[in-house]
Amino acid sequence: MSALLDVQDVVAGYKPDLPIIHGLSLTVAPQEMVTIIGPNGAGKSTLIKALAGVLTVSSGMVRLEGRDITNLPTHRMAEASMAYVPQVANVFTTLTINENLLVGASSLPKSEAKTRIERGYEAFPDLKRYRDKKAGVLSGGQRQMLAVARALLTGPRLLMLDEPSAGLSPLMVSEVFERLKALVEDGVAILMVEQNAKAALAISHRTYVFAEGRNRIDGPSAALVEDPEVTSIYLGAGGRKR
Amino acid sequence: MLQAIADGILSGSIIALGAIGLTLTMGILRFANFAHAELVTWGAYMALGVLSLTGAFMGPLAPFSFGVPLLMATLVAMVATALLALAIDWLVYRPLRGRANHLTLVFGSFGVSLLVRMVILLLFGGAAQYYSNTLQIAMKVAPGLRIMPDQIFTLGLTAVIVVALHLFLQKTRLGLSMRALAENPELARVNGIDTRHVVRWTWIIGASLAAIAGVLYGLTVQLRPEIGFHLLLPLFAAAILGGVGNVFGAVIGGLIVGLAESISVLFIPAGYKLAVPFMILLLVLYIRPTGIFAGTVGGGKS
Ligand SMILES: Nc1ncnc2c1ncn2[C@@H]1O[C@H](COP(=O)(O)OP(=O)(O)OP(=O)(O)O)[C@@H](O)[C@H]1O
Ligand SMILES: [Mg+2]
Repeated sequence: MSALLDVQDVVAGYKPDLPIIHGLSLTVAPQEMVTIIGPNGAGKSTLIKALAGVLTVSSGMVRLEGRDITNLPTHRMAEASMAYVPQVANVFTTLTINENLLVGASSLPKSEAKTRIERGYEAFPDLKRYRDKKAGVLSGGQRQMLAVARALLTGPRLLMLDEPSAGLSPLMVSEVFERLKALVEDGVAILMVEQNAKAALAISHRTYVFAEGRNRIDGPSAALVEDPEVTSIYLGAGGRKR
Repeated sequence: MLQAIADGILSGSIIALGAIGLTLTMGILRFANFAHAELVTWGAYMALGVLSLTGAFMGPLAPFSFGVPLLMATLVAMVATALLALAIDWLVYRPLRGRANHLTLVFGSFGVSLLVRMVILLLFGGAAQYYSNTLQIAMKVAPGLRIMPDQIFTLGLTAVIVVALHLFLQKTRLGLSMRALAENPELARVNGIDTRHVVRWTWIIGASLAAIAGVLYGLTVQLRPEIGFHLLLPLFAAAILGGVGNVFGAVIGGLIVGLAESISVLFIPAGYKLAVPFMILLLVLYIRPTGIFAGTVGGGKS
């Protein structure tokens, strides 16, 4: 089966002459949940940003559903059926919940936006209760839910999440992960970065372990849980002190 | 005293119109555009240019000193000012945005403002000019208080514009995109907002309001190439006082600055009047650097 997302030898960074990602390749199949783990500063967020078009890819290729989307303008990623939830500042705190969703539906026709937002409220009843409150008053978990609900409005086939469990209570973490699992069952593929390696390995199909802008190990999550090398890279033995 | 308050509210509302445009562009484009005040001058003179070309072939609409021609000229001036702002953005700011640091942009805007003023001086000369020579009879509203009909028009128009802009920012898609962009440009793009499109409209709106402020200034005071230079400090004081990005804040800020200027004349020599906005600015920066109503683009309090 051909890959939904096909990333080949991507080089990217914040300044043109200073690559952070040194030629990374990965794939995500339809309805697959793939995690990326690795020490702080490994370049996990940088890769996701490059895939989402926030950063420029200086060489290499990104394909989604066979279509070349390398360096497509960020605002057109939604129509390429990809959605991205950033690691920090993933909601507009000065806008209300409803306005956050309206912004998320910017690329849709107005009537379509309305029906999809209503559907979003059905899936996330908590958000409906707070619809006219500023997103700034939401808890970390509620913000994450809002960010996910917003990302789903455009009906993406691939959802990319950067540390969805960061800063959440254990209870909230399992709630978020349950949500993600349900999404995959509904046909959305997920590529996510996680610090919470144990939980991530437990729910994902495959895992990539990054260190210093390179892919060090990858394979089925179940196999990696037992791998001593994974533990050593994850704990920073990949040449970088914590 | 009553007269000073009335005058202050009037000049305050003109400052407010200019400051709304400034606060919008500062909030969304994230740099202090010193050329904004010159857009006010440009707007005022573009209207004069249109008037002198078409001639005042229709008389004034009583009781005002102006008629349909000036209203038409104002519309043309708004378009001309928006075009100038877009051209400046395209030629100067956009190439710098994202590559140079903010200070470079600010200095760029200094250069632009000098250039615009020189062009106006070349085209229209340095002498004071008026839209109309019709003398207006001030209405005695109360003992010691005279108000011109034009001044009432100015106040009314400002109020209408502020309400319209508020509704625009709150109720329309473009307005929402502007507020989103002001808070977090990257997240706005990730959400599917074409930020270039929004930036274009920000310039169009800010420049159109500047043009209206310029015409109203010309109508109630006079036209001089230094309008922008004199308004620069009041505009910044009003925008910063109100909190960058906050439309209502800019209006309140404008009124405060206008009132402070006109009331100060009762106590200090008129020559020092120009320093008043500067004092206000310093005071705000010292006590509350985020302005009275801190906030990103949008209405008043949350
Ligand atoms: N905005 C930025 N500008 C320049 N360099 C950056 C920027 N953000 C991150 N970097 C650098 O890029 C490298 C990789 O950072 P990145 O955020 O991708 O790491 P990460 O794997 O996501 O780490 P974490 O687990 O802490 O989120 C780091 O060396 C970091 O210093
Ligand atoms: Mg990260």
